[in-house]
Amino acid sequence: MSEAQAKPRVITLKGRKVVGGKATAEALVSTQTISGWGGINEREGSVIELHHQLNGVSFAGKVLVFPGAKGSSGWSAYWHMCRLNGTAPAAMIFTRMTTKIALGAVVSRVPTVTDLDGDVFELIETGDLVEVDADAGVVTITKR
Amino acid sequence: MRLTDHERAMLDGGHGEAAARAMDLLVRYGEALGAERLVETRNVAGAFNASTPSVREIAEDSLDRVFSELNLDSDDVIEIPHVAVPTCQLITGIDNDNFATQGVDPELADLQLRSEQYLGKRGINLMCTCTPYQVGNVPVMGEHCAWMESSAVIYANSVLGARTNVEGKESTGAAALTGRIPYWGLHCPENRFAQHLIRVETEVGDMAEWGVLGYFTGFAVEEEIPAFEGLTDQPSLVKLKHFGAAAASSGGVELYHMPGITPEAASLDAAFGPNARPEPAVYGAAERRRTWERLQNASDRKLDFVMLGCPHNSIEQMALIAELLDGKRIHSDTELWVHTPRAIRQVADRSGYTAIIEAAGGVVMSDTCPSISRKVPAGTRVIATDSAKQAHYLPAIAKVQGWFGSVEQCVNSAIAGEWLGVVQ
Repeated sequence: MSEAQAKPRVITLKGRKVVGGKATAEALVSTQTISGWGGINEREGSVIELHHQLNGVSFAGKVLVFPGAKGSSGWSAYWHMCRLNGTAPAAMIFTRMTTKIALGAVVSRVPTVTDLDGDVFELIETGDLVEVDADAGVVTITKR
Repeated sequence: MRLTDHERAMLDGGHGEAAARAMDLLVRYGEALGAERLVETRNVAGAFNASTPSVREIAEDSLDRVFSELNLDSDDVIEIPHVAVPTCQLITGIDNDNFATQGVDPELADLQLRSEQYLGKRGINLMCTCTPYQVGNVPVMGEHCAWMESSAVIYANSVLGARTNVEGKESTGAAALTGRIPYWGLHCPENRFAQHLIRVETEVGDMAEWGVLGYFTGFAVEEEIPAFEGLTDQPSLVKLKHFGAAAASSGGVELYHMPGITPEAASLDAAFGPNARPEPAVYGAAERRRTWERLQNASDRKLDFVMLGCPHNSIEQMALIAELLDGKRIHSDTELWVHTPRAIRQVADRSGYTAIIEAAGGVVMSDTCPSISRKVPAGTRVIATDSAKQAHYLPAIAKVQGWFGSVEQCVNSAIAGEWLGVVQ
């Protein structure tokens, strides 16, 4: 392996703030939308939807990269409870704006961005180190 | 975000601390959405009741704290005044009469009663159903609403032509105290045109078939807006209630157009407006069968529990279930719970339907459902339901196997004690 390949590759993306703040953590990527009520366990901060690609996986403390929300209007309430239970993600990056994800991000109070100028599902993989500087609308990805 | 003078005054505390906190949340939420302004609403349907174990700890402090934290996202406890505009409570976690059968801790049932007194004093109408449009909250065409409950939102937008996004617990709390909600999404007429065309090439007749078409639709369009062609059946409230609930479960559908059936678009041209008409997604016999199979999350046929009434049953559905159970007896190893709004239950009682269902061994429940309460009869391993929405959610929530079928299949299986349904 050459020295150049061993070095971590850093990618910077620019987008729009949804909720302000700054956080750095490991990425957890889902190409599928995620439910709130009926789709997550708010005590563990994990996905419980049958057949979901993240079924059984915890998003607590991760930078959750996903298309957005789906399902019941209990979305925000369940992600709100995640914050109160200490199981919320560290930050969120999503691609499809809806009232569920907007309100859920607001009450989760975690740094959140959308409208990034690159395909996050191409550029970010689970395990990459991701910094979300939501106030600046900047996401910095360090590939693992 | 642009605020009117009145909205600015509310934000600045001129109309009390609760309105100020509510406006603060609406501004944070509106800015997250990218909304430019708020819109007035006089119709709010939300979830305010304290009836879950996770809320109990907060409620022990005070019910003002429950509202402040969970309905306004406020860290400080605010004294909550009377609501500013008509507001109703949607489905809750506990049936006030059948909580023991549900397996609910009596202390939690008592908390719900205290919470209801608190909410009623503040002008919140305790409809306690996922279907407020069945019991007196029927918005008119074009009315701006702030509703939660995905199955009610899709019904209000599509069948009634009202305008609401899928709101949440916090935004409906803020809307109740201010009469405002972000003007975004489906409040704006330009966002209400169809983006997908679904061509129906098979018979969609009874309620179960409408539920399966809805379940297909959610997967096909996710949260976008479909229009339909090729429907031959004239659906009733019951069928559209099931169709919408299913589409909002498998996807996030909040509005659809069925020219000739729903009021906003009389033709496909009107449904698509300025949008290009895409190639249709075909729903034929093969798609119906595949979707019906997708709703089966079970392998064991020995049946422990049959759940009917999601979304909450109409009086017509209560009459049908009574007819199917008349003179019959549900198997001793199987439980049957039938869910209907409390106001409709009164009509069912008076019409003798409740007595027939109970004589057969069933229970008529109100105020709640197993997915919301997370309560099923003790020891349940295998359930069956006539609701695509419940079949989608309950197996995950209650960690059980789940069968889906028509109401006739469900009732006959409850009598037999084993799943007799077949994929249609």
